[in-house]
Order: sequence, then structure tokens, then C-alpha cells
Amino acid sequence: MQRIKSLLIIPDFSLSPRIDQVGVEERTSRFTKRSIKKETKLNGLKLVLNMIDLTTLEGKDTNGKVNQLCYKAQHLHDAYPGLPTVAAICVYPSMVKTAKKALGNSGINVASVATAFPSGQASRDVKIRDTKYAVANGADEVDMVISRGKFLAGEYNFVFDEIATIKEACGDARLKVILETGELGTMDKVRRASDIAMHAGADFIKTSTGKISPAATMPVTLVMLEAIRDFYYKTGKMIGMKPAGGISKSKLALHYLVMVKETLGEAWLSNEWFRFGASSLANDVLMQIVKEKTGVYQAANYFSVD
Amino acid sequence: MPKSISKGKSNIIKLKFDTSWKYAPAPESKNAATIKSQYDLFINGEWIKPSGNKYFDTINPANEEKLSEVAEANAADVDKAVTVARKAYEKVWKKMPAKERAKYIFRIARIIQEKARELAIIESLDGGKPIRESRDFDVPTAANHFFYYAGWADKLEYAFPNRKTEPLGVAGQIIPWNFPLLMAAWKIAPAIATGNTVVLKPAETTSLTALKLAEIIQESDLPPGVVNIITGAGATGAAIVNHPDINKIAFTGSTDVGKIIQRAIAGTNKKATLELGGKAANIIFEDAPIDQAVEGVINGIYFNQGHVCCAGSRLYVQESVAKVIIRKLKDRIESLIVGDPLDKNTDIGAINSRQQLDTIHKYIRIGKLEGSEMYESSCALPGKGFWCRPTLFTNVAQSNRIAQEEIFGPVLAILTFRTDDEVIEKANNSPYGLSAGVWTDKGSKIFNMTKRMRAGVIWANTFNKFDPSSPFGGYKESGYGREGGLHGLMPYLNLNALSP
Repeated sequence: MQRIKSLLIIPDFSLSPRIDQVGVEERTSRFTKRSIKKETKLNGLKLVLNMIDLTTLEGKDTNGKVNQLCYKAQHLHDAYPGLPTVAAICVYPSMVKTAKKALGNSGINVASVATAFPSGQASRDVKIRDTKYAVANGADEVDMVISRGKFLAGEYNFVFDEIATIKEACGDARLKVILETGELGTMDKVRRASDIAMHAGADFIKTSTGKISPAATMPVTLVMLEAIRDFYYKTGKMIGMKPAGGISKSKLALHYLVMVKETLGEAWLSNEWFRFGASSLANDVLMQIVKEKTGVYQAANYFSVD
Repeated sequence: MPKSISKGKSNIIKLKFDTSWKYAPAPESKNAATIKSQYDLFINGEWIKPSGNKYFDTINPANEEKLSEVAEANAADVDKAVTVARKAYEKVWKKMPAKERAKYIFRIARIIQEKARELAIIESLDGGKPIRESRDFDVPTAANHFFYYAGWADKLEYAFPNRKTEPLGVAGQIIPWNFPLLMAAWKIAPAIATGNTVVLKPAETTSLTALKLAEIIQESDLPPGVVNIITGAGATGAAIVNHPDINKIAFTGSTDVGKIIQRAIAGTNKKATLELGGKAANIIFEDAPIDQAVEGVINGIYFNQGHVCCAGSRLYVQESVAKVIIRKLKDRIESLIVGDPLDKNTDIGAINSRQQLDTIHKYIRIGKLEGSEMYESSCALPGKGFWCRPTLFTNVAQSNRIAQEEIFGPVLAILTFRTDDEVIEKANNSPYGLSAGVWTDKGSKIFNMTKRMRAGVIWANTFNKFDPSSPFGGYKESGYGREGGLHGLMPYLNLNALSP
């Protein structure tokens, strides 16, 4: 137990804790050995469903596609009553207005990627306007990307300032900061980028855009969860976590849930503090939930593709 | 919108690991294992009634229920076993071409793999260790030891070039209760691979997997008398040690018993390897990968309920990171699951026996009396059986008994240090020297530390890693001789000069 210290102390990010990749992988393999069955499985699956940011981020996205996705978000599988909805719909800024209208007062948030997603290779001015445009159109959450080039060049102040600026542009919208861990190269860098993002004002830290492979992995997510834990103990401020990309199966999602439970505990086991960025995970979770009820797997054709 | 959970100076920050999303029980089925109601002695490939006709109960430490009863071998039975082992050595095993010997050992290894699930269940039932460990560590590593030494059997001339190798004869082997099947494998595999025959006695609280191994050996058609497994307590062990026709004693257990054995064989021609107690120093420097080091400390001390001779029971933390590491350790032990050893989610099972539980409680009392601060997990313990919460002591001094003596339970003593020299001096300041651990991001520091520390095994940025190809053994009162690897062959061989 510990008292809260000031948020204002900005550390030297080059001194962020070192990470031993082998140790991280060993720890994550322990999470996958937890046996998740029956009630635990069903409750876990419902929790996962409720944590999903249902995502479409394609050049070919249209209003029609986004409308359909928004309907799906509210009616995941009406044949099985009592299911939760997803947490949010995640779209490009140009689709925010459509999504906001389609979701109405369903309680489902609209998240918009911004800041020249996915590369982030644009001027700061463009990034600020991109963000403000999304927020003005009704985005509840903004998913920004960091400037990985600047980060890898060691210009941590630049990265810090940029995140702080975008946070300001967000106003009341929650800011998720995408580290694009697949481009960072080492666990040490993942930890360092997490520390920068949290100190600069991120409400969430997020692994990936989904456009780069590898996207989210359990070891990377664990390093970020541990950074969140250290930040929480240091400042008393909770930061959310969003692994994105590469999580398409229920079993894997449940392993992530185990990891959150055993690393951060109860407070983070809700969609306010933990999200899955995924497009195809929802249907696999639905298939598993129906299987838990009926005892048999249904064909994929019974679950709507949107 | 974001809720800032804690604002203002009065708020206390604490993570809550007892979450509303709970793991349902996931017990492994007992039906996959067959345990007979009574076990006799395995002598000369057959099951023989003990000549004293005495049996003793073996219980499940998780619920104190009787599992079976096993025979108590007296001196006459030991003599019978040694006699058939001698006969098998002279008439069959010594003469058999090494590649033929290897075939039997490979076969034993394969049958262990085939029966892995059953062996894991029995190991957890009889010894109290979590099924996750017996399934993922004990049983596969036991099989690997047989595979490894089977491979050496016909290659001894390459292991020891320019030497003529010769087996010793009959080996008397006495093993402890913390890794019953694995220790049997550690002992039997190198002995028979090098052409010796064996009389092995498992610990009295955990005889069942050794007896299962006897069934496996029977199934493998190993020539009768090559491996004899007899059960009993200290008196049986003493009869083995004192038997005049034994050529070699291999013992794993307490330093006290090791000393008795050493006295008993003084002046005889018996060779010995002793693998005894430990009080391993696990050292975390300020530049270490902290979260991984914390995980390593957890594995180092709470693996197998701390019933590990090489357990990292003395933790040395550099003062600048002590506070944060202690906080992380306290959080981590809250997420350890203590309970039914057969549940796949259990991290810490039952303490092996009431006697051992009493010893652990004694040391926890001593630690408190000595003025150290005790912290234990808040988990609930089952009503029946022998249980101990994962426990740690802070503010421990080098002069505290809990920092000096082997507790052999889930109890960690945390000490702090300032400089490299200081921690090396403190780490070496122990009658034991079995293992140690170093956690640092700096490679050169690892080499400096490992060079100057007096311990048989030193792990860097990891702990409790075992492999059949890696030698294991101690300095000082942790014993002598090495098991595992090429080194593990030597204690079972005479290495003679090639005759001109």
C-alpha cells in the first residue's frame, strides 16, 4: 500500500525499467495454463464480448458498411437473448458521423482513429485537425498513433509533446495511444513508449493499428499492463489497455482476461479499462457462448458477417 | 468518461486480485490412476511380502485420507535385495553389451511417457504437489533423464576418452519426498546406464510413484534384480547404508542424515554422492528487469511449496529497489492459488506431511520472534490436510535463523544490500552452497558474480531450471558429487587407465 504522488513528475524515459523477454514469455505461458471452464468460461466470454471495439478500418469503408456494423454492434446474436453489446465501434474519422447516428443512444461508444492513422507520417497541424474533426463529428474516443520514427530516433520529447497536444485536442473524448509495438523491435522500447504515453496524458495505451504484423501478442500486452500497474502505484491514476489485431479466437481472448485478472485485478476487468480491438473475434465468442448453452458448435453460417 | 478512481492524498492504492470473475474448480480425474490397496517389495523383478509382514499407511496430505499401505523392509529384506542385485550385476548386467542395456532404459523412458498422466496424478495425490507441476515438470523431466542416460550407455568411451570405464557394482540409493519420481529417475538412470545394479528406497511419505516405476520396470522386461525398489523409513535406509555388499551410496535428503551416512561409511570402500540441503541466495540488482525478477523469485521459493533443496529462500535486494520489489512480491502472492493439488489451476498444493508443516510453523514463529515482519497471502486454506500460505519476511538480518537455516517450505526471507562486494560476502556466508540466482541487465556483472559465489548451480535471470544434460550438486554442507550431465556418470564408474 502506498500513498499517491504527484502526476507532475516527468521521469527520464531513457531510464524506463528494462524488460527480459524470456521472462515475459515464461510468465505469459503460465496464463495460458489456467483452466477456464463452465460458468467461468461463460462469464468470461460475455465479459470479452462487452470489451470489444468492433472495428472496420479499410479504404473501402462506406456509410452502408458502417451502418451494418453498427446494427451488428447492438444486435450481436438476437437468437440468444441477454447478451451484452460491444463496447465501441472503431472507424475512420470520415465515418464517425454515420456511426454516431446509427448507434443513437445505445450506449455504445464511437471510437475514431486519428493523427494520420496508421503511419502517423503527417505534420502536427494535420494530426490536430484530424483529431478535432473526429471529435467534432461526435467521437467519444480517439485512437491516435505515435510517431514511431521519432521515437526510434530517440526524440522522446517530440513524442511526448505530440501526445499531450492531441490529448488537448480531444477535449472530453478519451485518448487511446497506439504504440504500434510491431515496429518498436524490443520489449524495452515497448515499456519506454508506454511510460511516455501515460505520462503525456493517454487514457488508454494500445498495442497496434492492426496494419502491421505482429500486432497484439500476450507478451507485449503483459509488458504494457505492468507499465500501467507501476504508473497506477506511482500516481494513483488508472490507465486502460487495448490489445488490437491478431486476437480472433475466444480461447486467446480468455487468456488475455486471465492476464488482466492476475496482473491488475478486479478494477480493470471492465470495458472502461480494458478493450479488445478486433473485427472477427465477436463471432467466435458468440459461437462459443451458444455452444456452452446447447453443447454443440453451430456452423459459422449461423452468425452474421458484418 | 474516465473516472479517476483515486484523487487526494488520503487515498490508499491497492489492487484487488480476488475478482468477481473467478476460476471454477478444474480437478484432474482420480479415475485415470490405479492405486492398489497394498504394495509389497519389488525384489528380483517380483513383488515379495516383507519378511516382518509389516505395512505402513501412505496418506494424501491434502485431505489426510489413506491412499494405500506399503511394505516395511527390514534388514533381512534389504539383504535379500542386495543379494539379488549382486547376482544380477555379476551374471547379467555387467556382461550385457552396453547398447542392449540402453534399449531397456529407452523402453523405461517411453513407458513413463505413455503413463505420464497416471504418474502425475499419483505424484500429486501422494505428495501434495500441484498437478500442473507434476504434469509439466516432474514426470516429463523424469522421462528425459532416462532418455538422456540411455543415450550415454554405449558411448562411455567418448565421454571419458583414454579411460577404461568399469561399473562399481551394487548401488544403494535413498531418495527424498519432494520429487519422488524425478529423484528415482535421477538415481536409477545413470546407475544402470553405466552397468551397475540398484537397490532404491523412496521416502516413507511418498512411495507410490517409485512403486509405479517398479511396475513400469517390470513391464519393460528389465532383467530381474537390476533394479530393486524397497520401501520403509529410516531403519530401512540405515540397513542399506550399512550393508557390506553395497559399493556405492547415493543419497538425496537432509544434511543431518547426510552426516550420519558419511560417518557410517567412513573406513569402508563404499563410494558416495550426497545431495543435501540448501539456503540459496537469490540476488536482485537495481538494474534488473524487475517484473521478471519478481516472477523468478516467486518460482524460486514457492515452486513445489518450497520443498526444493535449491529453493531461492534468501532474497537479497539492492536497497534502491527494495520497496518496489517487496510491493510487487506482496501483490504477486495474492494471485497465487493455494488448494487442491489435483486442480489444474492450483499454484501451491499441500505441505508434504504434518511433521514438515510443524517445522515450517516453527520457523515462522522464530521469524516473528526475531523481529522480522511477516506477510502472508490472504487466501483461505482448506479445513483438512496440511497447508501453509505463501509467506514472506521483510527486515530480515543475516543473523536471523530464518536467513540461515533451511525451512523447506513456502517462506521467503528478504534481506537488503548496498554493494556488489557486500552481497557476495553475505550470499557466501552460509554453511550451504547448492544454488544461487542473479538478476541484472548487465552481462559482465553476471560473470563477476558467478565467478565469486560458492554454489553448485547459479542461475542468471532465471531460477529453478533443470535439464538432464546439466550437472547439479553442492558445495560445503550441500553435499558432494554431481548428478545429471556427463558429470553424473562419473560417480557410478571407475575410470581406469587403458592397459598398455
